[in-house]
Amino acid sequence: MSGIVLGLGLLLVVAILIAIFRVSTLLGIAKKEGQPRVGKANGINAFLLILFLIGSMALLFWYSYTHFDSYNLPLASEHGAVTDRLFWITMAVTGVVFLITQILLLTFPFKYQYKETNKALYFPDNNKLELIWTLVPAVVLSLLVFSGWKAWVDIMDKAPDDSEQIEVMGYQFAWAVRYGGTDKELGDSDFRLIDLDNRMGIDFSDRNAHDDFLATEIHVPKGKNVQFKIRATDVIHSVYAPHFRLQMNAVPGMPTSFWFVPTKTTAEMRDELGNENFNYELVCNKICGRGHFAMRYLIIVDEPEDYEKWYKEQQSWLKLNPDYMSKVPEELREVAAISAGIDGTTD
Amino acid sequence: MSTTQIHVETDVHHDDHDHHELSFIQKYIFSEDHKVIAKQFLITGIFWAILGGGMSILFRLQLGFPDMDLSILKPILGEWLTPAGKIDSEFYLALVTMHGTIMVFFVLTAGLSGTFSNFLIPLQIGARDMASGFMNMLSYWFFFLSSVIMFISIFIETGPASGGWTIYPPLSALPEAMSGSGLGMTLWLVSMVFFIASTLMGGINYICTVINLRTEGLSFSRLPLTIWAFFITAIIGLLSFPVLFSAALLLVFDRSFGTSFYLSDIYIAGEALPNIGGSPILFQHLFWFLGHPEVYIVILPALGITSEIISTNSRKPIFGYRAMIGSIIGIAVLSFIVWAHHMFVTGMNPFLGSIFMFLTLIIAIPSAVKVFNYITTLWRGNIILTPAMLFSIGLVSFFISGGLTGLFLGNSAIDINVHDTYFVVAHFHIVMGSASFFGMLAGVYHWFPKMFGRMMDEKLGHIHFWISFVGVYMVFFPLHYIGLAGFPRRYYSFTAFDAFQGFTDLNTYVSIAAIITFGAQFIFVFNFFYSMWRGQRAPENPWKSNTLEWTTPIEPGHGNWPGEIPAVHRWPYDYSKPGAKEDFIPQHIPYSDTPESNMPHEEE
Repeated sequence: MSGIVLGLGLLLVVAILIAIFRVSTLLGIAKKEGQPRVGKANGINAFLLILFLIGSMALLFWYSYTHFDSYNLPLASEHGAVTDRLFWITMAVTGVVFLITQILLLTFPFKYQYKETNKALYFPDNNKLELIWTLVPAVVLSLLVFSGWKAWVDIMDKAPDDSEQIEVMGYQFAWAVRYGGTDKELGDSDFRLIDLDNRMGIDFSDRNAHDDFLATEIHVPKGKNVQFKIRATDVIHSVYAPHFRLQMNAVPGMPTSFWFVPTKTTAEMRDELGNENFNYELVCNKICGRGHFAMRYLIIVDEPEDYEKWYKEQQSWLKLNPDYMSKVPEELREVAAISAGIDGTTD
Repeated sequence: MSTTQIHVETDVHHDDHDHHELSFIQKYIFSEDHKVIAKQFLITGIFWAILGGGMSILFRLQLGFPDMDLSILKPILGEWLTPAGKIDSEFYLALVTMHGTIMVFFVLTAGLSGTFSNFLIPLQIGARDMASGFMNMLSYWFFFLSSVIMFISIFIETGPASGGWTIYPPLSALPEAMSGSGLGMTLWLVSMVFFIASTLMGGINYICTVINLRTEGLSFSRLPLTIWAFFITAIIGLLSFPVLFSAALLLVFDRSFGTSFYLSDIYIAGEALPNIGGSPILFQHLFWFLGHPEVYIVILPALGITSEIISTNSRKPIFGYRAMIGSIIGIAVLSFIVWAHHMFVTGMNPFLGSIFMFLTLIIAIPSAVKVFNYITTLWRGNIILTPAMLFSIGLVSFFISGGLTGLFLGNSAIDINVHDTYFVVAHFHIVMGSASFFGMLAGVYHWFPKMFGRMMDEKLGHIHFWISFVGVYMVFFPLHYIGLAGFPRRYYSFTAFDAFQGFTDLNTYVSIAAIITFGAQFIFVFNFFYSMWRGQRAPENPWKSNTLEWTTPIEPGHGNWPGEIPAVHRWPYDYSKPGAKEDFIPQHIPYSDTPESNMPHEEE
């Protein structure tokens, strides 16, 4: 019912608008005779362009200034400081260009608006001018590119050997996270071994896999090199952690990785923000289907001691799922039991 | 040179004597006349723009008013609404996908290039019609077929393609991954195959026509910038669309015939698939090899149109004509070697990332040159702000705003954090979407008198401009902030994350602005159809412009010029030439008629 009323109302408004338009055009035709080439509208529009320029610039600066904290996420990684700095350098350069060009573009129509007595300047080219505004952007851009390139190469460089390795796997619609266990080595995995329990397809014929453990939250030590080894099992996902300025796609069939150094523990960040519920979040940032918008995982940055403590408390996946002992090759079962922490005396 | 031309001329002759009229079908439906085909493209484009824009309003409602009960739309959306009257999350993705596909391909490629290349190339180069009228007709009808298939796909039970307009596999390859990857995706691919065929036939025609059918005296160095832009755009399309075709074909194989071009190591819906060795990244390379040139296919014609309109309405020659041509060609060449900047964080080798960052930032140089040249053209002009001129100025403003954010995204180090966020959404909607759309609107306002022999209402045009111009900035500028805060694109809802709890007000505001801006487009639609029949009769050369199309009769018939085709004697930008009687000298006026204004090197 309300739909019909709404529709009728809309129809009425449109009808009235059209009626107004008809009347005004008829009046317009009546006084059209002997009009100059360019009417009053020209000046009004030119003035409006200036008004728009002033209004929108005021809005832009006011909002950018007053809401600075809401669009600048606090930073918690080493390389993030570099990319943030690049961002603001680029912002300064483009900001100046933006202001100059928009001001010229939107004021010229007012300044040089049509006058019957005026004649435009016949100015078809000027090699010097054109050379200047080809070369200046070229130089500025090469500086930007060069600094960007240096940062990029450092960030994408091979992870240092002492990095904590953490496997992050995306699937519809969640993340699975695995640590190497006591030997700190991630065991092999194979998508053909995946089943409802062994979601990551851990291959238990590999010795390194026996002590691996899965974590419900990603813990990482502050100040240490951390490498995410990233993969996916069904469609492409993307590991995105905005506070760490970290993003890398998770691609089925092509393992990827990203390494970084966290600089603030969760506790420190909570203090800084005055928000005791704050948590670093991991987000999926590549369209992956119905649940794309809800693939949340927590990242907890600990002090290195706390991290080690937490690490030691974790129980291997094999220990939690003893049925999978049957997947371990006969000759390795004994060793597997030991490294998985199931050494006979199950407590 | 042209059998067509002779053929057409005899036709005209024939008409004169027997009063033989083409049947309705030959004249308006399966027409071979480039002007009619252009109008067919335009009207189909307007239809798609309303549909594609309408879809964006639906998902903006979800983003701006997440708690709204949309049950009122039940008759249209049916099962796509949850019982609580909310948009289904998979339908949300379908809307996003179809909005992108429709806007990029059907509106801004077919609707823009199809309309203006068809309409203006023969008229501005002094040709009776396209090189092949028949192929031109096929080009439209392939597009039509493609449109029909895409339109049907919206109504099928499993929904249209939903994996994003970039249709990255495996998501788009596996029906198990989402329902839209079933029949909807198949129809998407079939539709695109016809679309590509249409674009290629159109493109070949544009290129042949520009090369072969220019009138006497119209050398390449006297070609209007519109034609230069259409010509180069057609070449880009011809080189890049076949690559999309191959990408689509391999995807069809993967979907239907069990190959593994893009698929490997997949466990889905409770079972491991047999596919081994494929690479999803391969698809991305193939896709963006078209996808990036595609954004220039979209923007270059708009820039060409703008060049013409800004020069005409500033009553000044376009500044740096040769530099403008140079930058069009430069952009065209570079557009082919920057594609992987869409893939910095896809796991592609970082070394490639470095190379593509260098190449990408180089493309900013010709773009900057174009902007400076536009501004210098305005400088000391005698500016008339027709609606077309206002839309052109709006385009340049968007091109600056959106182009500058490209410097952030093209820098791979900065891109790590803003990739696939709303920052990207803001960037390309301003620089590619809105700028090209404004180019298209500017073109319609400017050439409407030539298309329909009547003027569009100027006042409505001004109102339309102001709501659209302010509206576009109000919709897309705030998205930069949302993107910097890390909000990912293609999210149905932001409630699941602590980090994304802010900006609910701003999102509501953006949605309201979007609804108003979309609503304002109906002012244009009304103006367009009303003026077609009831508009004021157009004079022969309403904007006092130099190019050849204004030498045709007010409503040019088949063959464009009733008598001989005028020859060209000068470049198209002799506005406000010192010494000249009027502030414009059309291209067909020989130097011998204007001794008072000739430059020393122009004496014949």
